[in-house]
Amino acid sequence: MSEPAARIRRALGTWDVVVLLALVAVAVVGALTVDGVASPRFWRFVVLEAIPIALIALPMTLIVITGEIDLSVASVLGLTCSVMGQLWVSGVTSLPLLIALALLLGAVLGAVNGLFVTGFGLPSLAVTIGTLALYRGLAYVVLGDRAVANYPTTWTTTAIQPLPGTTIPWMILVVAALAVVFAVVLHAMPVGRGLYAMGNNAEAARFAGVDVRLTKFWLFVASGAMSALAGVFWTLRFASARADNGSGLELAVVAAVLLGGVSIFGGRGALLGVLAAVALLGVLRNALQLAYVPANTLTVITGSLLIASVVGPNVAGMLRERLRRRRTTTVSPSS
Amino acid sequence: MPTPLLALDGVSKSFGAVAALRDVRLELHAGEAHALVGENGAGKSTLVKILAGVHAPDAGTVTLDGRPLLLSGPADARAAGIAVIYQEPTLFADLSVAENIFMGRQPLRSLRRVDYAAMRERAAELFARLGVRLDPDRPARGLSIADQQLVEIAKAISLDARVLVMDEPTAALSGIEVERLFAVARSLRDAGTAVLFISHRFDEVFALCQTVTVMRDGRWVSTDPAGTLTVDEVVRRMVGREVSAMYPKQDTAPGEPRLQVRGLTRHGVFDDVTFTVHAGEIVALAGLVGAGRSEVSRAIFGVDRHDAGEVLLDGSRLPNGDTAAAIRAGLALVPEDRRQQGLVMELSVERNTNLPRRWRLSRGGLLFGGDERRAATTWAQRLQVKAGRLTDPVSTLSGGNQQKVVLAKWLATAPKVLIVDEPTRGIDVGTKAEVHRLLSQLAADGVAVLMVSSELPEVLGMADRVLVMHEGRLTADIPRARADEQSVMLAATGQAAAA
Repeated sequence: MSEPAARIRRALGTWDVVVLLALVAVAVVGALTVDGVASPRFWRFVVLEAIPIALIALPMTLIVITGEIDLSVASVLGLTCSVMGQLWVSGVTSLPLLIALALLLGAVLGAVNGLFVTGFGLPSLAVTIGTLALYRGLAYVVLGDRAVANYPTTWTTTAIQPLPGTTIPWMILVVAALAVVFAVVLHAMPVGRGLYAMGNNAEAARFAGVDVRLTKFWLFVASGAMSALAGVFWTLRFASARADNGSGLELAVVAAVLLGGVSIFGGRGALLGVLAAVALLGVLRNALQLAYVPANTLTVITGSLLIASVVGPNVAGMLRERLRRRRTTTVSPSS
Repeated sequence: MPTPLLALDGVSKSFGAVAALRDVRLELHAGEAHALVGENGAGKSTLVKILAGVHAPDAGTVTLDGRPLLLSGPADARAAGIAVIYQEPTLFADLSVAENIFMGRQPLRSLRRVDYAAMRERAAELFARLGVRLDPDRPARGLSIADQQLVEIAKAISLDARVLVMDEPTAALSGIEVERLFAVARSLRDAGTAVLFISHRFDEVFALCQTVTVMRDGRWVSTDPAGTLTVDEVVRRMVGREVSAMYPKQDTAPGEPRLQVRGLTRHGVFDDVTFTVHAGEIVALAGLVGAGRSEVSRAIFGVDRHDAGEVLLDGSRLPNGDTAAAIRAGLALVPEDRRQQGLVMELSVERNTNLPRRWRLSRGGLLFGGDERRAATTWAQRLQVKAGRLTDPVSTLSGGNQQKVVLAKWLATAPKVLIVDEPTRGIDVGTKAEVHRLLSQLAADGVAVLMVSSELPEVLGMADRVLVMHEGRLTADIPRARADEQSVMLAATGQAAAA
């Protein structure tokens, strides 16, 4: 086989491409069979719903590749919403200032996670399950059962303004720009090489001069800041700050990251697959809703997809190995 | 010749397109120690895995007592009386020694409760039979590798193993530990066990074994009584060619001090270590396993922090515990444990080769595929790494080639000081000579080389000076002219006054 052909075949065999093809298939089948999927309005909703998930999935991808996880993201989002609401009520009326304070808060919350994980060497799963509860609790302390909903309409309409001539919200450009930044860091910068190295073998990475702890610390900070950004968007999109904003969103994010081909054990995965998985899950969820599939069935389907994403690559590998063995034995029965 | 206890005939095994074993034969007799030697990649490990039931052969037969034996899993091998001791035993660290020995077949009392008293007693009996002193109650965590192997051997005996396979058991052992292991192996052999011994150290092969089988490139080459062979002859058969001088250290005039270590201390590990390595010099750091040599190298390199003292490179002080800074300053460390520390096994040859140099390879903060590929190709060629594609995981390479990748990744940083920890452990003779030639060449080019090694011939052949450590302290600094096996071993065992 010639080298370019071999390269194309290898690329087609990667999980990212499998997820992308699944996305196209679901979109096409949905458009043909479910009323409304082909409409621009449908895509507007899919994108609006996917924006916060995508924002959080970007740093989550990097964190999972290093072998850690951040489950506190949705609670960071919720606490950011609460604090932003409280600040607005208390008279902070500058939107840029509110956004800056929100991002700072998110970064600090992320730094707390990072400190526990890297400073004290605790497992991130345990730490962030703890802060998941802690930050959500603080959100209730700040805002209680109240909802802050009296934001200026210019803010809330601007947040979901479509791109000229389309129905797609302009925020998708912000997501795209950030996705490029994260993709470059992960795939084309020295830091990214270190992330894969420490995800596979932290000790060997340390021996090669990778500062494992410092890198992970900053990733948790980034995760907090991006969750806060998602919180800002959430507040403005729904024109409502509540303590329970984004409850349970961490599972949607982790599901997308894993379905996108990132290994839960670290060391493997790419950003393209994760973004495709965010879109795939969003399209699937909304299309099924339009088809009047009950919510419980939706959960079952998402769960099955997740298991398929973990089992899929393994089964594919086993089949490939078996095929190759058959080929080699038929080509050379004895040697 | 009586019927062999265990025989392999015409055994072949392929992985994908790679033939690991081709038409291999081997006969093991009761009461005989049989050595299996060959370069890395010769197929020894595959053969061991077939005996252990991990791999099934594609062709050929395995017979035990003349009856065909079908091993479809490690449990079958155990039931057939075949026990395998690996270079690095895998015990359950938090269980006691006795529990490890009887895992899965604990003696039981009524109501299927584990009978700890009986278990302890039987473990103690086993150790008494082996003539070793180990507490059956202590947890496996913290046992030396030598003791862990003895636990595995005790387990093998408790299973009435008739065939004992030892896959490079001595690679991580010190001289005294090797002696103890051999005493056990001899007594088992004399009691009628068939022993298959795999090693790269010829003195051990000839000390223990009556028969030597040589393999090369997955094929059987020869089987002869040990008495009719010489080391040179065995080496020639292994590599299929003559190996020139094994330790070709060129004489160089030492230059300026490059690496200065002053009063380096890590509490409870090593204490007040002071020495200097000059440009163009190879300094060996000898001592028994556990003397603290690797720990000193780790502290110099900044992987571990030190509690007191300082490290200077070309006169400027290195920050404590900062590996990245040490690399920038021109320090490189080829670590002791290739698979855990030297390489990220799942990543490609290319990514591994470029990892320490990833910042220097970037342009405007970005890495370009072409640059990375060129850099990796250059170094892979320079060190003659045999790899399919540079994008293949480094785990697909043989041990010797993996070690070359580790060397490549550090030589690519153009180090001023190179620390090598057991640079030739577990690699074949051919590659070993290449590594020695390389180290010698580097010294000639003005690099200061610090070599930690447990192999005395290597230490005496390569080093301009020999530093010896004993229990965390430097006990001797012996110039080449006065260094011999006796002076080094005396200092290593703490019996000589500091020279």
